[in-house]
Amino acid sequence: MEREVQRVRQAFLSGRSRPLRFRLQQLEALRRMVQEREKDILAAIAADLCKSELNAYSQEVITVLGEIDFMLENLPEWVTAKPVKKNLLTMMDEAYIQPQPLGVVLIIGAWNYPFVLIIQPLIGAIAAGNAVIIKPSELSENTAKIVAKLLPQYLDQDLYVVINGGVEETTELLKQRFDHIFYTGNTAVGKIVMEAAAKHLTPVTLELGGKSPCYIDKDCDLDIVCRRITWGKYMNCGQTCIAPDYILCEASLQSQIVWKIKETVKEFYGENIKESPDYERIINLRHFKRILSLLEGQKIAFGGETDEATRYIAPTVLTDVDPKTKVMQEEIFGPVLPIVPVKNVDEAIDFINEREKPLALYVFSHNHKVPVGWELITENIVSILFLISVPVY
Amino acid sequence: MKDEPGSTNLFTKLDSAFIRKEPFGLVLIIAPWNYPVNLTLVPLVGALAAGNCVVLKPSEISQGTEKVLAEVLPQYLDQSCFAVVLGGSQETGQLLEHKFDYIFFTGSPRVGKIVMTAAAKHLTPVTLELGGKNPCYVDDNCDPQTVANRVAWFRYFNAGQTCVAPDYVLCSPEMQERLLPALQSTITRFYGDDPQSSPNLGRIINQKQFQRLRALLGCGHVAIGGQSDESDRYIAPTVLVDVQETEPVMQEEIFGPILPIVNVRSVDEAIEFINRREKPLALYAFSNSSQVVNQMLEQTSSGSFAGNDGFLYVSLLSVPLGGVGHSGMGRYHGKFTFDTFSHHRTCLLAPSGLEKLKEIRYPPYTDWNQQLLRWGMGSNSCTLL
Repeated sequence: MEREVQRVRQAFLSGRSRPLRFRLQQLEALRRMVQEREKDILAAIAADLCKSELNAYSQEVITVLGEIDFMLENLPEWVTAKPVKKNLLTMMDEAYIQPQPLGVVLIIGAWNYPFVLIIQPLIGAIAAGNAVIIKPSELSENTAKIVAKLLPQYLDQDLYVVINGGVEETTELLKQRFDHIFYTGNTAVGKIVMEAAAKHLTPVTLELGGKSPCYIDKDCDLDIVCRRITWGKYMNCGQTCIAPDYILCEASLQSQIVWKIKETVKEFYGENIKESPDYERIINLRHFKRILSLLEGQKIAFGGETDEATRYIAPTVLTDVDPKTKVMQEEIFGPVLPIVPVKNVDEAIDFINEREKPLALYVFSHNHKVPVGWELITENIVSILFLISVPVY
Repeated sequence: MKDEPGSTNLFTKLDSAFIRKEPFGLVLIIAPWNYPVNLTLVPLVGALAAGNCVVLKPSEISQGTEKVLAEVLPQYLDQSCFAVVLGGSQETGQLLEHKFDYIFFTGSPRVGKIVMTAAAKHLTPVTLELGGKNPCYVDDNCDPQTVANRVAWFRYFNAGQTCVAPDYVLCSPEMQERLLPALQSTITRFYGDDPQSSPNLGRIINQKQFQRLRALLGCGHVAIGGQSDESDRYIAPTVLVDVQETEPVMQEEIFGPILPIVNVRSVDEAIEFINRREKPLALYAFSNSSQVVNQMLEQTSSGSFAGNDGFLYVSLLSVPLGGVGHSGMGRYHGKFTFDTFSHHRTCLLAPSGLEKLKEIRYPPYTDWNQQLLRWGMGSNSCTLL
């Protein structure tokens, strides 16, 4: 492992990855790879998550292509030195900020959107002039294999190296010294990554997760709200870091919400959900069993059917969920949607603020006084994404 | 503080997308002793400006300032939002066991690792303003007196106890011959024949640092200065020559009024020397040739860089101060401080109506969906509509 990293570091020290032209060339090669080998890439993602190739395209490949194009267009401007305002003492001087590469970057990917979550950071790392070690998630085996196979065929083989492996290999890798570590995954491992990085004073970017709350106000169009929630929740079989994890709403709304989500599920996936090409499966048996255990003791309003052989779990909604139960203790990351009744928006805010800051937070309301002003509700709610449905102004 | 709008694509055309700057929550600021007021209060200003509550831990080594801050700050700032905690390394260790929403640390790389490890347990983001040995390359092609003036000023400022001060000089033996008399002349001009009696020269913070620095005077040979006075914690502005890379003065950040000169034969050798070591906080290159200055800039990495002058950029609020590698992570000053202590929260406000336009993203999917998706996601500009 140490030798591999050393090799990549030597490649970086050669200075090859720094010139703009080289970076653009590599990005163009990456785009060619995605376009020429689209079929292989889609097949791998499809195999890992039982996803249709069409969905693999729209959920992953399209984002990658968009990112590459955006980078190609803007990079020439981004790499230039930015002059800054000077004061009297520096009047005669040139003062500017010059972006420079960090060196060797480690990117650790996740399994739920296995292609985009490794390639999108890679695009940025290459654009910034770094050498990269790529460690795809071993849980999404097929994508890990295809990435290891394709990247060396299109990109510089010494600067951008794929290392595959499990916990043992990753632990070894984390002992090495990098100039930046980019990790996507769960909070527990996030802490391990940051602690390992601290030994070398390596800066990190940690894209983690949490339980993303979804508040439904009584003043909203429930039809539309439920369609949007159904879409966000059951996409990729709930295995999305920013999926609405659980619902908070007044108790009286529950039955309507359940009914409308049920209808929407039928509309999206048909009567026989198992046959729908648009409904995915759980990544592996361990997660399948984990999600199943969350259903114990819960009131299943609809759904709940499972099939271990295919790792199928039906779109499920739970009502009157007790916040102290298991399903409300960990990030669900599956097609199970608990509804926790609250009295009003203030109670919802208290509920959210008592917990860890989530990655995403959703509010559905017509009343734009409800969620928007930060002085009203969003103090201490910190999240990356904050979606609100409000009337068009 | 205003929300920053983000450009939208076809799928978010009707939505309002923006980035909100929000406070993190509870911020811990651990400050050092060398510029105790500045390095404690400037981060504090940024943290408060960003809307956070702050626990301030001033350095126990700069005792006078520590005392004043603990007394004065609560008289002016809201006591429920803000506290000063006093203590040494043990108390700081205990403080670090608590959960904060952000930790801002200024100090040595060794303690920086301890802070980051403690922060990792709570997944707390950090800014670490650390240090290192800041190289100062002096090319053969330059005016020795001008260089001597500039290097001496920035080296002996605050008796050398500055994180961005030039730590050591790299130059050819020929240049060294010309630089030494120039440095002597500068030192005499700045501090007189008896620098110890000059009101413009600082002293070493405490006995421990003084002893450490006095020991370094034994490295190489003293070319200028070398005197010290324990009762005064005084160390004369000193220049050392014939210094080996393995000697202590070249192994640790000096943080004192001692300037070692290491000989190199060319700018390439200087660059190689620099790149063998940890990335420094600051890097200096003196040369009349802008080509040499640029070469140094392009082929090395450091928190900040100055060509033909010292750390004047610290006075500029339009540029950030921060390290890279062992010299730190994160940056601040001016707006950069505000940004450091703000969480940049991505927001999307969508209309609750006009559902028809959002229909396209719902399953069941067909080939037609895919066509439209390709087109929609790819359109970053307005022109398509």
